[in-house]
Amino acid sequence: MPAVSKGDGMRGLAVFISDIRNCKSKEAEIKRINKELANIRSKFKGDKALDGYSKKKYVCKLLFIFLLGHDIDFGHMEAVNLLSSNKYTEKQIGYLFISVLVNSNSDLIRLINNAIKNDLSSRNPTFMNLALHCIANVGSREMAEAFAADVPRILVAGDTMDSVKQSAALCLLRLNRTSPDLVPMGEWTARVVHLLNDQHLGVVTAATSLITTLAQKNPDDFKTSVSLAVARLSRIVTSASTDLQDYTYYFVAAPWLSVKLLRLLQCYPPPEDAAIRGRLTECLETILNKAQEPPKSKKVQHSNAKNAVLFEAISLIIHHDSEPTLLVRACNQLGQFLQHRETNLRYLALESMCTLASSEFSHEAVKTHIDTVINALKTERDVSVRQRAVDLLYAMCDRSNAKQIVAEMLSYLETADYSIREEIVLKVAILAEKYAVDYTWYVDTILNLIRIAGDYVSEEVWYRVIQIVINRDDVQGYAAKTVFEALQAPACHENLVKVGGYILGEFGNLIAGDPRSSPLVQFNLLHSKFHLCSVPTRALLLSAYIKFINLFPEVKGTIQEVLRSDSQLRNADVELQQRAVEYLRLSCIASTDILATVLEEMPPFPERESSILAKLKRKKGPGTVPDIEENRKERNANVNGGTNHTTTTPNAKVAAAASPDLLGLGSPSPLSSTPPALPPTAASLLIDVFSENSPGAAAAAAAAAAPIAVPAAPVADDNFSSITPESLHVADSILADVQEPTDKFVCKNNGVLYENQLLQIGLKCEYRQSLGRMYVFFGNKTSTQFLSFATSVVCQEPLASQLNVHPKPVDPTVDGGAQLQQIINIECVSDFVEAAVLNIQFRYGGILQNIAVKLPITLNKFFQPTEMISQDFFQRWKQLSAPQQEVQNIFKAKHSMDTEVTKAKIIGFGVALLDGVDPNPSNFVGAGVIHTKTTQVGCLLRLEPNTQAQMYRLTLRTSRDTVSQRLCDLLSDQF
Amino acid sequence: MIGGLFIYNHKGEVLISRVYRDDIGRNAVDAFRVNVIHARQQVRSPVNNIARTSFFHVKRSNIWLAAVTKQNVNAAMVFEFLYKMCDVMTAYFGKISEENIKNNFVLIYELLDEILDFGYPQNSETGALKTFITQQGIKSQHHTKEEQSQITSQVTGQIGWRREGIKYRRNELFLDVLESVNLLMSPQGQVLSAHVSGRVVMKSYLSGMPECKFGMNDKIIIDKQGKGGTTTTDEAGKSSGKQAIAIDDCTFHQCVRLSKFDTERSISFIPPDGEYELMRYRTTKDIILPFRVIPLVREVGRTKLEVKVVIKSNFKPSLLAQKIEVRIPTPLNTSGVQVICMKGKAKYKASENAIVWKIKRMAGMKESQISAEIELLPTNDKKKWARPPISMNFEVPFAPSGLKVRYLKVFEPKLNYSDHDVIKWVRYIGRSGIYETRC
Repeated sequence: MPAVSKGDGMRGLAVFISDIRNCKSKEAEIKRINKELANIRSKFKGDKALDGYSKKKYVCKLLFIFLLGHDIDFGHMEAVNLLSSNKYTEKQIGYLFISVLVNSNSDLIRLINNAIKNDLSSRNPTFMNLALHCIANVGSREMAEAFAADVPRILVAGDTMDSVKQSAALCLLRLNRTSPDLVPMGEWTARVVHLLNDQHLGVVTAATSLITTLAQKNPDDFKTSVSLAVARLSRIVTSASTDLQDYTYYFVAAPWLSVKLLRLLQCYPPPEDAAIRGRLTECLETILNKAQEPPKSKKVQHSNAKNAVLFEAISLIIHHDSEPTLLVRACNQLGQFLQHRETNLRYLALESMCTLASSEFSHEAVKTHIDTVINALKTERDVSVRQRAVDLLYAMCDRSNAKQIVAEMLSYLETADYSIREEIVLKVAILAEKYAVDYTWYVDTILNLIRIAGDYVSEEVWYRVIQIVINRDDVQGYAAKTVFEALQAPACHENLVKVGGYILGEFGNLIAGDPRSSPLVQFNLLHSKFHLCSVPTRALLLSAYIKFINLFPEVKGTIQEVLRSDSQLRNADVELQQRAVEYLRLSCIASTDILATVLEEMPPFPERESSILAKLKRKKGPGTVPDIEENRKERNANVNGGTNHTTTTPNAKVAAAASPDLLGLGSPSPLSSTPPALPPTAASLLIDVFSENSPGAAAAAAAAAAPIAVPAAPVADDNFSSITPESLHVADSILADVQEPTDKFVCKNNGVLYENQLLQIGLKCEYRQSLGRMYVFFGNKTSTQFLSFATSVVCQEPLASQLNVHPKPVDPTVDGGAQLQQIINIECVSDFVEAAVLNIQFRYGGILQNIAVKLPITLNKFFQPTEMISQDFFQRWKQLSAPQQEVQNIFKAKHSMDTEVTKAKIIGFGVALLDGVDPNPSNFVGAGVIHTKTTQVGCLLRLEPNTQAQMYRLTLRTSRDTVSQRLCDLLSDQF
Repeated sequence: MIGGLFIYNHKGEVLISRVYRDDIGRNAVDAFRVNVIHARQQVRSPVNNIARTSFFHVKRSNIWLAAVTKQNVNAAMVFEFLYKMCDVMTAYFGKISEENIKNNFVLIYELLDEILDFGYPQNSETGALKTFITQQGIKSQHHTKEEQSQITSQVTGQIGWRREGIKYRRNELFLDVLESVNLLMSPQGQVLSAHVSGRVVMKSYLSGMPECKFGMNDKIIIDKQGKGGTTTTDEAGKSSGKQAIAIDDCTFHQCVRLSKFDTERSISFIPPDGEYELMRYRTTKDIILPFRVIPLVREVGRTKLEVKVVIKSNFKPSLLAQKIEVRIPTPLNTSGVQVICMKGKAKYKASENAIVWKIKRMAGMKESQISAEIELLPTNDKKKWARPPISMNFEVPFAPSGLKVRYLKVFEPKLNYSDHDVIKWVRYIGRSGIYETRC
């Protein structure tokens, strides 16, 4: 470009600027500017012709005044006139003015566009450059509209000068960025790619930028650029540092171009062609090798340029993620940078390693640097670097090093910067949950987290702890203990109080045995924190208190006292007041049964994505509101009590029901338990013997005794009577099969219900409060298809009004050897005695088969176990002392009197087995609540075995006589 | 109360900084500079609240005076104090300028110590101050020990503004009525708003402890006298009504006995020695407008503007107005101006975007005119010229409010001089305030 000659220095402009700078006050400056503006106005008046020099000078002054912050509303015309000058300096000033002060005056735009067009079509490269720069600087839509066609033409024309091509490429890039819709892709696109082969490195650099942007939008059009870019890159990489003359920067060959080419390659997957791929790998290796060479210069520019290329190469390696050797080498290289004394390098190394850690090839390699990273976390001065170190630790964490990393992060948290604490907290919480091998460690970690950085522990974190503790029985006791200990600290964070309140409220009973954490101690501990807490926490604590009333009746008085105090009952906060009033009334009015029901332990939470993870994601990206809403909903549900959850928890329930150790309890597996066909006779005989003891039992026994000649149980007899008339014509052989006892399902939920040579019926049931679901599996044992397969459930009166049974429809055909599943939904409306009958009808080999089976839906299925302590138990026992409420049965043992088996049966029956209640340790005591849709019946039972006499005495007390009787009958048959 | 007082130059550098209370920190100095002096947009409010701290400022030429407080003070009191402070400084070293302040900063600190105590304003009477603050240039006229000791009793006494035992060979008294007349007039000559704010300034050189009584043509007094007097004819009432003026509000120097003014509406006082402002007043009715401006603006096409302005003097032909200046604003895209005027000199001042027309003297009931051709540069701006009003400056030797001094009586019972022996000088000066006519 032509240099500005001395004569072009504008003296008037210099004087004006120095005048302004010498102004003492703002007013003086404004006066000076007004004067100058008036002067320029008079000069521009138009009657005198101004020469180019003065025009340029005045336009310059206007520009200066504009840049000082004053409005300029004239002089545009003169600036446009300058564009048509043939002098470089005048043209330049004109373009400058227009770039800075362009406005959307239509006349003017037309003139400007005209002038630009003239310059573009001139053969003068400097003029073309000026015009292109102006287009790029303005970059408006109008400009794009006017020149979108011209610029690409100039770019790909064969006779364009290199410098103009460079400008054109950049101008096109700008237009493409501002108004991409106006820049049409055309035949020039293919030719643009070939600019990568241009002799002039400047052109190649500019073109690479353009191609990278274009390739991001439509990668397919520019696929060919990959091979060219690789070729170009390999030429640069292998060239000696002196080969590229102007484009060698501190001994590094064309660093900018290299970086841009590597970026371009990152738009595409690794090249398919093996040769190109090999060449690229070679290039990348060379770059990595060069990093190992001693620096050619001590200048910082040299190492900067070199590292820029290196980091871009590593980005490409990570992007391709296909060459294990390269990835490991890159990782090692970054490992070296981790200890570099240049902070920026350490930052970049940590950042790149984060991405490397997610690659399967290099994850292990990254892990080797764990000590260095931890060290960086501790010693690094720059907070942003420490932040990266935290990110990297998070990324490299897996099961093997989780404990170490979490411990390090926790210890760092104490000194961490406030700005990154919340993120670290979230990360620790996630890692602890993700890689927790045993949940005691998890609980410890999170409690520690709350202790160290309580303020930064978001709601999600502590919600999550509670979810996990509730869902995992094995940690509940430990959690309660730990929380209790943590709360002992004189000053604990509110979040800890929240967790403590919730966990003790749910599981305080698990540690109540220890006199150091007796109910009263627990309550006092919680209440000592009460007044220091915010309203939501207080509300939570109030809920914990009412739960205490349920768990520990002995502190009821104390808690009612607290609830009754004015500070609660008349609290200014509506929520607290309402809770206090409601809880107080609830504790006064409701019976223990109702309390036990209302304040039942929380059901397990459904498994879902950790809310903390969602929060971390939100923190990184734009927030999404629905998640927060969801959390809130969940929280409300928690607060309001567990019943809401029944509908949302089937998954968890299935898991629980399916696990054999919860329900199976060492009972013989269903297939091997065929013998029970015989014992019932003995049972009915036994009833006969002892039936004098209670009139109700006698009646039942009498009914049972009648058909005793038939080798079947009384239940089986019911089975007969409930068979619908239509099914009576069924063949005898099949009828015999119907007499399968349902007793074996009294204490368990899974097993084979029925089996003959054609069909096997399996069962799997789950019950929750008054609702149940039964999965019936019909297995076709033959090799032929069953046709017109149909089932129906028959409930006779009064059962039909007591029990709602809804079978889902099934397919009419069952293939040979296949299994068909039917779901039956059950709802218990009130207590019942009879059993529903399942009728099955199908054609096998053209013969209609009818099978009727009793469904083992018994009243005890709707039990919810209730834990209670000795004192409580006897208190209730006494409350149910009315004669019709108690049913007692003394009977002879049918099986060996094994304590463990008996325990398992009682638990399987549905009640909670209470240890240490009865003074005689060999007696069994149980408690539970039967849920029906209409009522709930509390039930207490006591089983006294007499090993000498091989007899049992079973006593049942419930609030309803029919229930007592029915349960007694059911259970008596089991022993 | 005032927590501190700062004086800045135009660049915002602190010249004087005096902090009276602990609640004002050092950062207050910077806060005012950053938020007011160097504010992006010009701050027009004299009271600014920055970070719970109130800043009250006045500007004298290029100098900013700012009083700072964290308390809820009486803003009027603070401004009164600031004005007094300016008066005191002017009385000590003349014009308030950066250079003068720099040269007298020891004096200023001494003054500040005297007139503000823990932020409470004290005696700021220049005459009294000059007796004991004698820094640089001000010589104490009283060197005797007795007189020195009198200062305390005087300052703390009932008549704090005058000491005993003043003696003059010639008892003289100068009375100036200074008025500024403000006007906004529509192009058609309709008065949109007008008022006069006036001051009565006295310079007294009287011996002893004289008792003075000041009388003027206040409508209320005259009405009262008319009723109480023997001449109760309508004629007398009419003639007095014609001459009397209605004063809207007035304030007095502390020497005036306000109780007497309240009951009898008579202004009686023991004057301080030297120069002081006896009273300040404001009137809005029956104002004599000394000049009438008749503008005529014609836009000839987009590039030309013709302006013709006629001024008419509207007072007795025997009186002469002085220092007349008419300022005619020009559009922002003015590229050239030709002016023709019959009298005085007119010039286009580009730096102020106005034509300034100056006339040295002009008698009453005369008329003069100026015509200007303004050439405009066509701009692509759609904004129309807002046509700011034509403003005017002048000085006339009468009171535009119509106020007349009826008497000023001096009684000195102890010394043997009577009212007739005192030489009294009375002068009226009417100046323009904001005297604008829309065009």
